[in-house]
Amino acid sequence: MNIVVCIKQVPDTQDVKMDPERGTLIREGVKSIVNPFDLYAIEEGLRIKERMGRGRVVVMTMGPPQAEDALREAIAMGADHGILISDRTFAGADTLATSYTLAKSIEKLGSPWIIICGKQAMDGDTAQVGPELATWLNFPQITYVSKIIDMGDNRIKVERLTDYGYDIVESSLPCVITVNKEINEPRLPSLRGMMKAKKFKAEVWDSSSVEVDRRYIGLDGSPTRVVSIFAPPVKKGGEKYHGEPDELARHIARKLEEIKII
Amino acid sequence: MADQKLIVIVENCTGCGICEGVCPYGAIEVVDGIAVVYENCTFCGICVESCSFEALELVGGEGAEKKEAPTGYSGIMVYGEVLNGKLSRVSLEILGVARRLAEKRKCDVTALLIGNDVKRFAPDLIRYGADRVIVAERNDLDRFVDERYADIFSKVVEQYRPEIVIGGATAVGRALFPRVAAILKTGLTADCTDFDIEEETGLLLQTRPAFGGNIMATIKTEYTRPQMATVRPRVFKPLPPENREGEIIEFHCDGYSPSFYKAVIDVLVTEGENVNLEDADIIVSGGRGVGSKENFKIIFDLAKELNAAVGASRAAVDAGWIPYPHQVGQTGKTVSPKVYIACGISGAIQHQAGMKSSDFIIAINKDPNAPIFDIADLGIVGDLFEVIPELIKEIRKRRGN
Repeated sequence: MNIVVCIKQVPDTQDVKMDPERGTLIREGVKSIVNPFDLYAIEEGLRIKERMGRGRVVVMTMGPPQAEDALREAIAMGADHGILISDRTFAGADTLATSYTLAKSIEKLGSPWIIICGKQAMDGDTAQVGPELATWLNFPQITYVSKIIDMGDNRIKVERLTDYGYDIVESSLPCVITVNKEINEPRLPSLRGMMKAKKFKAEVWDSSSVEVDRRYIGLDGSPTRVVSIFAPPVKKGGEKYHGEPDELARHIARKLEEIKII
Repeated sequence: MADQKLIVIVENCTGCGICEGVCPYGAIEVVDGIAVVYENCTFCGICVESCSFEALELVGGEGAEKKEAPTGYSGIMVYGEVLNGKLSRVSLEILGVARRLAEKRKCDVTALLIGNDVKRFAPDLIRYGADRVIVAERNDLDRFVDERYADIFSKVVEQYRPEIVIGGATAVGRALFPRVAAILKTGLTADCTDFDIEEETGLLLQTRPAFGGNIMATIKTEYTRPQMATVRPRVFKPLPPENREGEIIEFHCDGYSPSFYKAVIDVLVTEGENVNLEDADIIVSGGRGVGSKENFKIIFDLAKELNAAVGASRAAVDAGWIPYPHQVGQTGKTVSPKVYIACGISGAIQHQAGMKSSDFIIAINKDPNAPIFDIADLGIVGDLFEVIPELIKEIRKRRGN
């Protein structure tokens, strides 16, 4: 039974900025990292295996050859196997095409017990691949999972974060869950894991090994298209006051009155 | 497109690096004075347009079939989200922007309600801008179950064929919309902050922040319908309600029998209302400077005084002073209230990503060099434990009690 964790390599977004004058991206020194939410997904996959005493943690990513580094990090944490889905024709995929390609890859892998994704990737912040993946597979989905309460071979019970609190959700397995950072504390790589990661070579699947309908992959299978990018308006600091607490409090209260809050 | 290529015309390339800067994918780089295209190029063509020297050209792809958008789709559909027996505010905000788009596109606005006992919200949707409301009620739709809602939603879309479908980027919207988009195999753009209609094509231009708000991107769905998008709450304002005429249509849909089991078996409503940050007009937020769980009381006190929600920085959440649902920032929530009061928050870029679109930012911090002051509209250099009690007194005084 495979505990499948889908991860993404992303640029460390705090480094990506725009030059507002030239309207261009500044990418100097931008490093690639494992999407932070995906670390919680990997950790939860490992915990399921440890708790249940069975299952194989398979980490999957779709991306260019260098995305192997993201898989390597998961192996160092303790994942059993890493698959890199990489092909020229998969490139340029939006969330629909990405989720389709992942779904086909999971079908090829077979025996999914549970599929875990991070809540969202922090480069795009769409939170769409998890639910779209579930839909392609015709599996149920549970987003924003903050706790697995109970899990068996065919059934899972979780706590899901909502806008008003939490829902307790029950679902048959296999299903797709997306996790937020409340769920666990990702472990650091162990020495053994790092040794394993050092020798790790990803299994690479391309368009000849994954059975896909070409209408749904890559750029051509992506219904959305980025037509332009630009810098957001630059926010500048306003007035700044030093002084006695009561005086400072009056500055705030006056402002709150001005903007009709009080 | 199978055999498409991006060609660098070496004799024209000056190595100026503009293409490198505009590429959203980091797929082109100047190496030894010449642009080099990498494997992750998506042929979006942005660099081709940006190049002043005609050194870049997209070729090939002729073998691919010409794509055309399906016809027979018209109008805008807005998802009316009902949460815990209340119509969510973001639905009314979207009706406002949908009216503006409908005027440009010369079409109607339809609202969709899904649930059990939700028809009572239809008149509100009409007052706020809907020309008609489709109501899909069934007794197994009491709680939001993604798959059930998505099944009905997609059937409504297939029958009524809206050209554009928009909903709130809420916890529900961000689970439901991708499910519907994948069923319909159409494009979806998350968390939009602006829309327009492209004049020549009539297509929906969807603008959203990416890379933690450092970049804005405009996105189109050209060849599939409907064009779907979710909207960040509080970005648009609802129109003033009017007495308008509108039609209410009941949509009946039985026979939902999936091959899997899924149910919401219990609902925990977090104590108080102060955690629904996305919907709040005012947020009072505490960070590392608050110092302890006990000290957070002062943040809650000020929030109570202002009828505000309570936010927190990642540092405060990771320290265990306040639960995660209160976290604002890159790995928490993205908020844009009318007023955001950051107390003892230094304002790391990850925190700013979640709050810098607030209308008015007030920062209270002891450290005059804290980065939060770079984006605060009102900066207060002082000790929050001294300033907040005075502020509460001052507010009460001004309110006259």
